[in-house]
Amino acid sequence: MNLLNIIEEIEKADPEVTERLSPRRDAIKNITSFGSKVAIAALPFALGTMFKKAYGSTSTTSTVIDVLNFALTLEYLESYFYNQGTASAGLIPAADTKYIAEITDDENHHVTFLKAVITQLGGTPVSSPTFDLTAGNGSHNGPFEDVLTNYQTFLAVAETFEDTGVRAYKGQAHNLLGNQVVLTAALSIHAVEARHASAIRYLRTNKYGANVKPWITSTLSLGNDTGIALVNANYAYENNVVQGGVDLTTLPGATAGSKTSVATATAAFDEALDMQAVLALLVGSFIVN
Amino acid sequence: MKTETSENFDDAKLARRSFLRYAGAGVASAGLLAIASCSKDHVSPSANNGIGKGDLASSFNANHIDIGSGDLAILNYAYALEQLEAAFYIQAASSPYSGITTAESDFLTEIRDHEVCHREFFKAALGSHAIPVLTVDFSSINFSSRSSVLRAAKAFEDAGVKAYDGAGYLIQNKEYLTLAGKIVSVEARHAALIRNLLEWGSYASSDVVDNNGLNTSLSIAQVLPIANTYLKTKVSAVNYNYKAS
Repeated sequence: MNLLNIIEEIEKADPEVTERLSPRRDAIKNITSFGSKVAIAALPFALGTMFKKAYGSTSTTSTVIDVLNFALTLEYLESYFYNQGTASAGLIPAADTKYIAEITDDENHHVTFLKAVITQLGGTPVSSPTFDLTAGNGSHNGPFEDVLTNYQTFLAVAETFEDTGVRAYKGQAHNLLGNQVVLTAALSIHAVEARHASAIRYLRTNKYGANVKPWITSTLSLGNDTGIALVNANYAYENNVVQGGVDLTTLPGATAGSKTSVATATAAFDEALDMQAVLALLVGSFIVN
Repeated sequence: MKTETSENFDDAKLARRSFLRYAGAGVASAGLLAIASCSKDHVSPSANNGIGKGDLASSFNANHIDIGSGDLAILNYAYALEQLEAAFYIQAASSPYSGITTAESDFLTEIRDHEVCHREFFKAALGSHAIPVLTVDFSSINFSSRSSVLRAAKAFEDAGVKAYDGAGYLIQNKEYLTLAGKIVSVEARHAALIRNLLEWGSYASSDVVDNNGLNTSLSIAQVLPIANTYLKTKVSAVNYNYKAS
């Protein structure tokens, strides 16, 4: 089930909703560019509300299952991405096969795990959407057209997926507040995605001449540190330096008399993204609608 | 651990007020307030007695503290771990191991800065609710040895990730939970790098990631005994089933 299927379900259930959703559905369909051109604010007012309607009640269990199905959708994407990469002859150098396979295995395990948890909770795991790894919304000639033939493009997309995945899980934590089993599992996947992000970033820098740290180091004006302008929106707000009302740049630094730099303040805290923002980055580009 | 300078004090105080207002005050704090006023000069003979009976003040001294209860306990737990990590990297960066490369030195310095940032954040945010500065004991670490330093770093980072993941469900305030999430992913980034420095490709090995692709997590009662091996100030969490010996 992808986003449009969900909207269609709502339409079937309540024809009047069609009228209200219609312009926004167009807005979703019209998102064909990936990255900085995607205006988050232009997205449907409440995808969360749509999901609630699509999945029925607004009970806590329903919310938890919505979160898990959202996570599952992201894991489908990552799993598909790495499996396609692995299956593309000549893409991944032999020296990196094992390094990448570790991530592939983890993402495949996440899919299996999340489906099992959703089922155990009495929910129905969503089916996998259709993907276009070039970010072309099904055209397969999107901005990352050579993603499965050019290893550097593959790694750049991997980096973006991992960094965005970290943000997506972080953005859902509050919806699982106090749930020892599900929150702990989600945080544990979140940490693994962060390990992957670090690993891909270090691989790019250590072996392929990229200039990224294992962590996201922003400037005051730009969250994105990857040098790939197309993905600026994936790093929006990573340049935030105020946490819990504390401006980190006013705090003492590590050396005598110093204060915390913007680079340190932004790298020391990863930022969250909510469900709508994450889907805005993916639907209509990597997730075909 | 000498960090707060007078010029930063006003900023920090303002920030703290803002944080507490923003985060809401519905968290238990009586025990923590008591910590701040406890003696730092004497080891109370009742150091290990009376904890959990509500008479917290008499139970604390410079060598033994308890994190208390509620969200402030979890934040102080995090603050304790960040103090430990920051102190470790400060020493590692100031006395580089033999044969350190420029890249490694840069990484350790940046991680030091992140951990100091985490520590100072908690200190400013918690204000008078913060546990005292902890005294560390790194006598088991050979700071001139690459292997010793990186293995210790791996232990700290992996434990940090497991600690945040394992304590997340205890947090009752959504904003605190998100803040913990913002920090734990950076700790995981550190952990993966340190592991790669020690052994290429070990960034998510089976000793930290299980067969479901989940990072293993640890309870407070599992983490503090490990942390205490590096601390002269012993940290307890009697409300979370752990009392330091």
